[in-house]
Amino acid sequence: MKKILGTVAALAVMTIASQAHAARDYVWGAGSSTVFPFATRVAENFAKKNGGKAPKIESLGTGGGIKLFCSGSGEGFPDIANASRPMKKSEFDACAAKGVKDIIQIKVGFDGIVIANDKDSPVYNFKLDALYLGLSAQVLRYGKFVPNPYNTWDDVGVGLPGNKILVYGPPPSSGTRDAFLELAIEAGARKFPLLDEMRSNNEKGFKNLVDPLRKDGWIDAGENDNAIVQTLVKTPGALGVFGFSYLEENADKIQGSSVNGVFPTAATIANGSYPLSRVLYIYVKKSNLGVTPGLTEYVNEFLSDAASGRGGYLQGRGLIPLPPGQHDGQKALFKAGTTMARPAA
Amino acid sequence: MTDAAQHPSAKHLKKRYAAEARFKMYGRLAITIALAFLVILLGRIVLQGYSTFTTNTVSLPVYLDPARIDRADLSGSNYDYLVSLAVLKALGETEDELGTMSEDASALISRDLGFQILDKVKADPGLIGKTITVTGPVKADADLYYKGEIKRSVAEGNRKLNDRQLTWLDRLKKSGRVHGGFNSAFFTHGDSTEPEQAGILGAAVGSAMMLLVTALIAIPVGVMAAIWLEEFAPKNGWTDLIEVNINNLAAVPSIVYGLLGLAVFINWLGAPRGSPLTGGIVLALMALPTMIIATRAALKAVPPSIRDGALAIGASRTQTVFHHVVPLARPGIMTGAILSLSHALGETAPLLMVGMVAFVPGIPSSFIGGATVLPVQVFIWENASERAFAERTAAGIMVLLAFMIVMNATAIILRRRYERRW
Repeated sequence: MKKILGTVAALAVMTIASQAHAARDYVWGAGSSTVFPFATRVAENFAKKNGGKAPKIESLGTGGGIKLFCSGSGEGFPDIANASRPMKKSEFDACAAKGVKDIIQIKVGFDGIVIANDKDSPVYNFKLDALYLGLSAQVLRYGKFVPNPYNTWDDVGVGLPGNKILVYGPPPSSGTRDAFLELAIEAGARKFPLLDEMRSNNEKGFKNLVDPLRKDGWIDAGENDNAIVQTLVKTPGALGVFGFSYLEENADKIQGSSVNGVFPTAATIANGSYPLSRVLYIYVKKSNLGVTPGLTEYVNEFLSDAASGRGGYLQGRGLIPLPPGQHDGQKALFKAGTTMARPAA
Repeated sequence: MTDAAQHPSAKHLKKRYAAEARFKMYGRLAITIALAFLVILLGRIVLQGYSTFTTNTVSLPVYLDPARIDRADLSGSNYDYLVSLAVLKALGETEDELGTMSEDASALISRDLGFQILDKVKADPGLIGKTITVTGPVKADADLYYKGEIKRSVAEGNRKLNDRQLTWLDRLKKSGRVHGGFNSAFFTHGDSTEPEQAGILGAAVGSAMMLLVTALIAIPVGVMAAIWLEEFAPKNGWTDLIEVNINNLAAVPSIVYGLLGLAVFINWLGAPRGSPLTGGIVLALMALPTMIIATRAALKAVPPSIRDGALAIGASRTQTVFHHVVPLARPGIMTGAILSLSHALGETAPLLMVGMVAFVPGIPSSFIGGATVLPVQVFIWENASERAFAERTAAGIMVLLAFMIVMNATAIILRRRYERRW
């Protein structure tokens, strides 16, 4: 009995050890949790159609994904970084320093950030400057910066409901938070000439002044958008900030607020008239094309009309497709293998 | 003076009785509160998750139209459209020019049927031109309608299915093409991004593989370390230091082990990221202190008279330990092993650091390939936007709890059966 047990254990250890030296034979992507549902759907369909090994997609956040992507070339690092914002200059340089030089940047679609509340409360109609005044920790008042003095929404914008300022949103580690700060808070602050001028002179100082959100009205609700939706239903009048697909999925319980008079819908996000829309990207290592089995085919599947095109299966999961002309442009870009230039910022 | 009330100690006695009664009441109250929390927690999970175990499947005769299937490129053809047409045919509707009818129909039936047809046609291209019957789940939203989660009373624009689709679903149910039943797919499939095709088996297999690695490392190393410390080690400053450190390690937050795993095993030794092997090693480190402490307790419980007896009849130290002490301590050691493994089973935090929070469709087959485990699967489903994943999240928790109950029950049975009292 003891001998059998020992043999089994030895065999198990040996099989595990012998497997450890096989080369990676599947595509590996890592990054944004916003792109994760789309990348995984493509991975699943790709594997079902081709019968090969399914690509592995990790959800690490945009920053975490790009960091891992840029840590080196070869099979020990991802082939693809998923991002809900463009790669920064510093990240591009970090990549280059590790020998990852030829990167193909592909736009895969749009995502909208919505500000929503429960269905039984009145609809909010925001102007961008009201979002800045309501949520920033320090606001401009009579030419001076003071700790945010406003308590209710009707203090900061005409026609807003008189509810207490209370917003549940993503934490600082989230790409959605970054995008919300840039598209809503900073854009709202720039409506004030003084702040706009400050931004053109000293962007970093501007961000440091505007970006911190108030601690008493904004609540970091974690990365879990479903939890935010549930909180909104139970807290009438409170607002939540999350991705468009969660609004679409829960349209019977919550409603989106309009921003600058535009409500978030697939159409307004795609044509850019809804201000809080952003582009989603995937970054591909050119040197890995043809080396990692299935990588070219996986990206082609991602870019196919059946996936990210109009009416494709990603639309069913909440991706807002690029206009057909742009979509074809991205396909051509990948086919030609055009690598990205060093970003400006 | 025989009256008890007059006795000087009587007042004191009454006070003591009252204190005892109060203490018993506090105890009952504490137990009631603890049980109430447990009932609320379990009740919520079961209420939210039980509906996962039933599902609605549809059987459809699908005509494999040769005009719509490209024999040269079988994978490139649109089988979902053929399924949609079959739905329309079953309903007696006809496709309109813009394709809105087939679009509505395709939102009701899982894409699994299309993939089934692809597999069948690939295996036997002779089927093209014939009509075959395929059976598979309805789409998650349709399933939610049948289960009453999507209600007709909600305004049409605010639900995922329009009035026409709801009417179609009612008619399909009435005609007997759709029937409810046990959701076996949930227990036989791996993860999927489409709720109706997602199953728990992939994560369960991943958990089992990872626990095997953990057990193979933590049990032998932990038992040997404990035997040495308890039976052979000299009592001096060094062994005291080791002992204190082991006790401290048992209290270290588990994410620290994940960071260690990332730095040492993945970045330095090049272990495969996100694999059961790496995850198992990290959890083995985490389980080791508990394992050592439990084994030492079991060894300590063996009375010294056994050791003395063995030594007295001329056995060596090693013989004493391995022939007498360890066999007698075995039930305690096994219990400790199972409990530390069941603790490892529920861990997510360290696995996040070593890349196991990933989407892995299908059933993991190798120790170095990607895999996901039960708690991570629950985490991923909880984060998905599709509403049908909410019930699957709860069902995943139920499966995880079942695993834990089985492991803990095994530990209790082992202890009851083999425990010796001295």
